[in-house]
Amino acid sequence: MSEGATTAAHDVLLVGGGAAGLRAAIAIAETRPDLDVAVVSKVYPMRSHTVSAEGGAAGVMADDDSIEEHIYDTISGSDWLGDQDAIEAFVNEAPRELLQLEHWGCPWSRQDDGRIAVRAFGGMKKMRTWFAADKTGFHMLHALFQTSLKYRAVKRYDESFVTRLLVDEGRVYGVVSVELATGRIRAITAKAVVLATGGCGKVFPFTTNANINTGDGMALAYRAGAPLKDMEFVQYHPTGLPFTGILITEATRAEGGWLLNKDGYRYLQDYDLGTPTDKPTLRSMELGPRDRLSQAFVHEVEKGRTTDSPWGPIVHLDLRHLGAKLIDTKLPMVRELCLQYERIDPVTDLIPVRPVVHYMMGGVHTDIDGRAGLDGLYAAGETACVSINGANRLGSNSLPECLVFGARAGRAAAEDAAAAPAPPAAIAAQVSDETRRLEHLLARDTPLDDGVARIREELQTTMEDAAGIYRTGPSLEKGADTFQALRERVGAVGVRDTSPSFNTELVAALELENLIDIGECILRSGLAREESRGAHQRTDFPKRDDERFLVHHTVRRDHDGNPSVDRLPVTITRWPPGERTYGR
Amino acid sequence: MSAPVTRVPSYQRRIGVFWWVHKRSYFLFVMRELSSIFVAWFVVYLLMFVAAVAGGQQRYDEFLDRATSPLLLVVNAVGLAFLVLHTVTWFALTPKAMVLRLGGRRVPGTAMLAAQYVALAVVSAFIYWLVVKA
Amino acid sequence: MDDSIAMQVTRYRPDKNSQPVPVDYEVPLRTEWTVLDGLNHIKAEQDETLSFRWSCRMGICGSCGMNVNGEPRLTCATFLSDYAPGPVRVEPLANFPVVKDLIVDITDFMEKLPRVKPWIIRDDDVTEIDGEYIQTPEELEAYQQFSMCINCMLCYAACPVYGLDPDFVGPAAIALAERYDLDSRDRGSRERLDVLIEKEGVWGCTFVGECTSVCPKHVDPAGAIQRYKLKAAQESVKAFLLPKALRR
Repeated sequence: MSEGATTAAHDVLLVGGGAAGLRAAIAIAETRPDLDVAVVSKVYPMRSHTVSAEGGAAGVMADDDSIEEHIYDTISGSDWLGDQDAIEAFVNEAPRELLQLEHWGCPWSRQDDGRIAVRAFGGMKKMRTWFAADKTGFHMLHALFQTSLKYRAVKRYDESFVTRLLVDEGRVYGVVSVELATGRIRAITAKAVVLATGGCGKVFPFTTNANINTGDGMALAYRAGAPLKDMEFVQYHPTGLPFTGILITEATRAEGGWLLNKDGYRYLQDYDLGTPTDKPTLRSMELGPRDRLSQAFVHEVEKGRTTDSPWGPIVHLDLRHLGAKLIDTKLPMVRELCLQYERIDPVTDLIPVRPVVHYMMGGVHTDIDGRAGLDGLYAAGETACVSINGANRLGSNSLPECLVFGARAGRAAAEDAAAAPAPPAAIAAQVSDETRRLEHLLARDTPLDDGVARIREELQTTMEDAAGIYRTGPSLEKGADTFQALRERVGAVGVRDTSPSFNTELVAALELENLIDIGECILRSGLAREESRGAHQRTDFPKRDDERFLVHHTVRRDHDGNPSVDRLPVTITRWPPGERTYGR
Repeated sequence: MSAPVTRVPSYQRRIGVFWWVHKRSYFLFVMRELSSIFVAWFVVYLLMFVAAVAGGQQRYDEFLDRATSPLLLVVNAVGLAFLVLHTVTWFALTPKAMVLRLGGRRVPGTAMLAAQYVALAVVSAFIYWLVVKA
Repeated sequence: MDDSIAMQVTRYRPDKNSQPVPVDYEVPLRTEWTVLDGLNHIKAEQDETLSFRWSCRMGICGSCGMNVNGEPRLTCATFLSDYAPGPVRVEPLANFPVVKDLIVDITDFMEKLPRVKPWIIRDDDVTEIDGEYIQTPEELEAYQQFSMCINCMLCYAACPVYGLDPDFVGPAAIALAERYDLDSRDRGSRERLDVLIEKEGVWGCTFVGECTSVCPKHVDPAGAIQRYKLKAAQESVKAFLLPKALRR
């Protein structure tokens, strides 16, 4: 690594190769073939976490459905914190994006007559979720990746980890990256940069997220001075497998699965989510929103009505009454996962489940074209917060979000790049700085009794204790205090692996820096929000407080490097705040 | 989309000459490949047989005479065995390599398999009739 | 069951080793632990420098393929307890150059994949989308199996032909070509056949069948290749028998 940084230059640079990044790349290649576009991703694009999405992607399609209803479901699902102009744009454009994916080969499940099939999903009043069995994300990602191969002009830097944004006077001019295979440090300049690195589930110990979801894009933007938004809203998915945290899709409940406590009782009826029916009822019981279902689980634990397992309390998901045929055609992966990781068969056995950190509603603050808080900087997908998800995302809204806002950010970035100035000389100094920092990290000795894995584990437990499904002021305070000590330890950690090639220890150390920044933003934003809304439940402030908190929280790094929280109005157009009701 | 080609320094492992002895499936595969020598011999032998028939009674008698030598008997028996094996495995492969549709419905593999054996039996019967009866 | 199990892990650090060497570790043996959990335990508790790829830990991202006791496996879907009492031998995927420890270089596949044109090819160039292409469940089923490939490279590691002749396009790429050929929305089979009819295409395959047996997603690349051979053979016969004007 000592020979300094090499350089490359492009017009638009996409950081991240999942659904949002690839959709943006194709959008640019199609609309502005004259531009030089590159995708830099820390894994091969087809390994991106989009691949793990299971249940489906929402888009109004059915004859009995309407744009208005999808908008309303999304707004009420967001507990009125979603921006209504963004939600309108999203709902309007989602069907076209999903059709586009169909034309690119995505194997959507079909009705008998060959038209697209849709299924029910949590918090949605109509059937509008497109699906490819229960491997929707996998099929979407591979269709996007394989289609992207058509555009030979789009360059790729696979397995390159971006460590810093290059910024001068409020404008982004590119990134510094480490090519993992060789350890080569490379400055990649660009006139516009789109962040699409996915979520940050790895801030928590128990998550459905993949190992790669370390909030890289959010941390890059935050350290470069761009604000993050709504970081206190972390979604717990009600049905994860104990120990592994592997997701059991909401589609199980959409197809008719039941949640049972230790007495075999469908406990959701006790939490204002409706009355049990044999066939699933939309926006009711098991098809309620994720925040409410996860909160109900905690109350069941308090009442002593859950089952103990070596990995904490669990409830059961019952699919037995659905039969083998339905499970094999609509939920084959669920059966596969249960057989493999739990050694049980959902056709005959109950599935043990518990809530698990799944999705970050917050992210890099953007407008509806993906523009982030610095000129030339864009974000899309889970990395971004537009916001359509507000305080709680509805299942199956995130995949179309990647497509709609990936395409929008891509097109806007392309326009921007056409008019952007050339990178100034000041950038070179930043590249040298970053090169030195990385070399220093490699050369530094690690204290014998400490290391990246240990600090990461403590950080994760701290986050779970401080900012779980229910939080309090003191729990968040305590977490924030612990972070001071963690930060010092991160500062002292070095890398024992001295080889430049594929230094996964170096990557883990850099990811840890990202995790700690993001964790702190979550805690600080959570402390500032003295109310309960959606996924942010404060037992010391148990009510929603529109008077004081019908606002977004932005969090920005101040001059001392500390997070400083600000407020931003929520865009309300036609749907004034109301009560969120399910099952009635 | 294309990735910029930068050659990654790496260690190239060598494949030894006897790579196929370490794993049962590879061993069986190489054996199957070797068996084609016997099959080839069987074809050559058949051609020699035809030439002998065409060459008149005397050459035909000489051919039959040589055919009773123990060595040839063993070689031919092995050859026949492999030929049967290859026929069976080849037939078994057909449903995988071909998707047949009749009236819009996919013909099940078992039906295709059965059809091949029926065809084999019919052709065999015809040749038997041709050689022995006609 | 014992409390622990021995893992023999192949290490190769380009700055320290001239060739890969096996190193022994001892990890806790727990029923729910996969080989990947064992490797992560080593990395967290015993040696941070151990390098391997992994991400989703649920058998869908395709990152963590390695040879376990000589067989190509997804380590996140392979359980330590199935190898008790051990030792479990973990090596980098066979047939690929080793970059470091358990990480192999798959650039070759990434370059081959676009050659088989794994995307929908149409005669009509639709720019405005006003509805879906109709595709019945039967038409979907025709290619579904081949669309399950996660690019995990286990089939390449199992294929002796690829090991001996790296020019061979290989099982996963051919299976993906077949996936699009069989898709009722696609019109590109002719273009793909032109690529696969070449020497490095389907004819390299000698039908060992190991690609299909190691595939964790039941894709059956061997079946796809045999189908292609049939198509290629038909094409050759056509080319031989028909005057140029009559060929399609």
